[in-house]
Amino acid sequence: MNNMRVLIVDDSSVMRKIVERSLRQAGISLGHVLEAGNGAEALAALNQGTVDLILCDINMPIMDGLEFVKQLPGVENAKGVPVVMITTEGSEGHVVQALSAGARGYIRKPFTPDQVKEHVLPILAEKL
Amino acid sequence: MNASTPRLAETEGRESWPLLLGLAAREVFSLMLGTQLAAAPESFPEEGLDVTSMVGLAGRVCGVLTLRCSAASAALIASKMLGVDAGQDGAEVWDAVGEVSNMIAGNFKNKITGMGDGCMLSVPTVITGADYSLRALVDSDKVEIVQLFEGSALIVSLEVHS
Repeated sequence: MNNMRVLIVDDSSVMRKIVERSLRQAGISLGHVLEAGNGAEALAALNQGTVDLILCDINMPIMDGLEFVKQLPGVENAKGVPVVMITTEGSEGHVVQALSAGARGYIRKPFTPDQVKEHVLPILAEKL
Repeated sequence: MNASTPRLAETEGRESWPLLLGLAAREVFSLMLGTQLAAAPESFPEEGLDVTSMVGLAGRVCGVLTLRCSAASAALIASKMLGVDAGQDGAEVWDAVGEVSNMIAGNFKNKITGMGDGCMLSVPTVITGADYSLRALVDSDKVEIVQLFEGSALIVSLEVHS
C-alpha cells in the first residue's frame, strides 16, 4: 500500500488533518491527499482524477456525505473506489443508510487511530 | 476508554443526561485530544470564557449544545487535536472548538437509544467574546456540566426545548 491517493471530505479542516494523520499512523503510505469541504467539492475533485480511497463525513453544508455517496455510481473516476464514512452521526439508522448508499465502512467520531486502522486496512487489502 | 458505553433508553428520563453529557465530553477529550478532563470545583470564575461553540439539535430533541472556554483553552484544544505546539491561527482554533462541540453533541445523542436516528445536528457556530445573552424563544430545560481542561474551566451546556 504505497503512495495511495486519498480523498478526505469533511467541512472541518482540522478534522481533515486528523484523518490524514490517522491514516499515516495506521501505516498507510500516502502519495497524494486531496481534500474537500463538502460533497460537491469532492465530486469536483473526482472529476480531476481517481483516488484509491475516500473518507467522508456526513454532516456538511451544500452537499452532505450521504448524498455524495449516492452520486458516486455516476462518477467514472469513483468506480470501485471504497468509501469509509467518518462521522458524529453514529446511529444504526445512519450506518444502514450509509452502507446502503454504497459506503464500505463506518467510523464514529470520536475515534482513535487504531479504529481507523481497523476499519480501513481490510478494505484496502481487498483492493490489492 | 471508548465511545461505546451502554446506552440508556430515552424514556428513562433526563435525570441521567448530566452523567451522559459529562461522559460524552470526557470521551471526546480523551480520544481526540489525548487529555483527561477533571471535575471542576463547586465554584469557579466564569470570567474569560469568551469562546462559545454552539451546535443545534432538531428532531426528537430540539435545543442547542454550547461549549464555553477561554481563548487560551480554545488554542490549546486546537493544538492538542492537531498534535502541534500552540499558535494556530484563529480560523483553525474556531474550527477545532466547533468540531469538539459537534463530537460531544453527537456522542451524547448516540448514548441515548432512539435519539441518534431521530435527532439531527447542525454544523457548529463559534462566537468569540462574552458580552452576549442567549435566550430560547420557547420554554427550555438546561443540563450543564463544568470540567477542568488543563486546569481551566470548560462548560458544556445542553438547553433542550420542552
